[in-house]
Amino acid sequence: MVKRSTWSIPYLIFMLVFVVLPLLLIVLYAFQDGSGRFTLSNITHFFSDSDSLSTFAVSIEVAIENTLICILLGYPAAWILANRKYNKSAVTVVLFIMPMWINALMRTLATAELFNMLGIALGKGTLLFGMVYDFLPFMIYPIYNTLRKMDQSYAEAAEDLGAAPWTVFWKITVPLSIPGVMSGILMVFMPTVSTFAISEFLTNNKIKLFGTIIQENINSSMWNYGAALAFIMLVIIGITTLFQGSEQTEAEGGVI
Amino acid sequence: MKKALAKCYIWLLLAMLYAPLLFIAVYSFTESRVMGSWTGFSVKLYQNLFTGNVSGGAALLSAVENTLLIALIAAAFSTVLGTVAAIGIFNLKERSRRAMQFLNNIPMINPDIITGVSLFLLFVFLRFSQGYVTVVLAHITFCTPYVVLSVMPKLSQMNPNIYEAALDLGATPGQALRKVLIPELRPGMISGFMMAFTMSLDDFAVTFFTRGTVGLDTLSTYIYADARKGGLTPELRPLMTLIFLLVLVLLVIINLRGSRAKNATE
Repeated sequence: MVKRSTWSIPYLIFMLVFVVLPLLLIVLYAFQDGSGRFTLSNITHFFSDSDSLSTFAVSIEVAIENTLICILLGYPAAWILANRKYNKSAVTVVLFIMPMWINALMRTLATAELFNMLGIALGKGTLLFGMVYDFLPFMIYPIYNTLRKMDQSYAEAAEDLGAAPWTVFWKITVPLSIPGVMSGILMVFMPTVSTFAISEFLTNNKIKLFGTIIQENINSSMWNYGAALAFIMLVIIGITTLFQGSEQTEAEGGVI
Repeated sequence: MKKALAKCYIWLLLAMLYAPLLFIAVYSFTESRVMGSWTGFSVKLYQNLFTGNVSGGAALLSAVENTLLIALIAAAFSTVLGTVAAIGIFNLKERSRRAMQFLNNIPMINPDIITGVSLFLLFVFLRFSQGYVTVVLAHITFCTPYVVLSVMPKLSQMNPNIYEAALDLGATPGQALRKVLIPELRPGMISGFMMAFTMSLDDFAVTFFTRGTVGLDTLSTYIYADARKGGLTPELRPLMTLIFLLVLVLLVIINLRGSRAKNATE
């Protein structure tokens, strides 16, 4: 199979054109003004514009809260699902993933309507609820995967050596499941910051997230400022991925 | 006791996840324009959906058609591109393999909006007019990595000697590919295809940025525009209910087949 390695070339070219070049274009447009001259004004505009900055702060805040709630709710669920004593069938796991097959916008709109019917005012609370509702499966699944693949003999050894169940959980299970939690965070945090549509529907446009202002700028032909905002997001993604890079390779397969 | 508590917790979470879906399903059986106000049981919305008698019906039906067609084309192309790529990547030397895998991870790590905006800028930059073709290209971009990721494990599980043996026994490389390699990779290709298909079906942000201004709508962009106009087309309720039932039936079949296959091997 010596020459088979050349089979990667079409995909390499494809990715250079459709993945690498577009990302470079974000950087290019972010540092250009409308007439194509180099400028830093898009970036400095962001840091001096209180609207953009407060939207950014709110997005990060909502994303942190959403991620924490997803871990708090999702970890026990993943643990129960992965525990053979409590759950014998894979069907329950599939039940958690199934809502994802229904159009996300439709689900979100139905959630908003449900709140309306119950007389709950749309705002921060409903936004968080909707976000948790949309992203919880993305937290449960990778954690479930790592817990499922975990070598049970460590926990058994700890038990045999006299550790209490609670100690086994904190000293063995939790540390070993960190890669799953990490890839869960990766799949919840940045996507929350960048959602548009969902935040509009769940708050009646009262709360804007970072994704919304990117979309507004691109759609009103302010490409350069839109690209600058996307660039800022790219930088954050780069930092978070590098930060967990070493762990990510171990969590292979957890991504899905 | 503990077990009951654990079960309770799981069912509570599931109830939360399914509440909005149930809400849609219940209100698909009434004629009212908005969800939440019940105007008596009726199957009128289902009739409207099937007779095409929907307000702006042609638009909704063509959105459904576009969604399915784009997902099929994108998934098919991704499966071919991704499988060929996986075979290539698998045979690369360590360093180039890592580099390719890193590139392959980028579209999966990037939030949709980044993929969407970056591809939008690409098509603007290349002066490529946006429409059906650009949407399909964009979908192939974010779908292929999932195919690569599901075919790769099949390659490493495979015994390389089988392929060599086929060649030694006089098979041409083409025959060895068709008769040995592809059958071994098929499960990975199928799950990659399914994943690509569902990713494409569910996409909103990338389509939104790459569809241009030719009036191309998928289900997601249709729903988005509909909701911004104020008030969803009521016929979306029966449509979503039917899609949900279809997915449910498919998953039950897949799971039954899966457990039967498992039992057979055990």
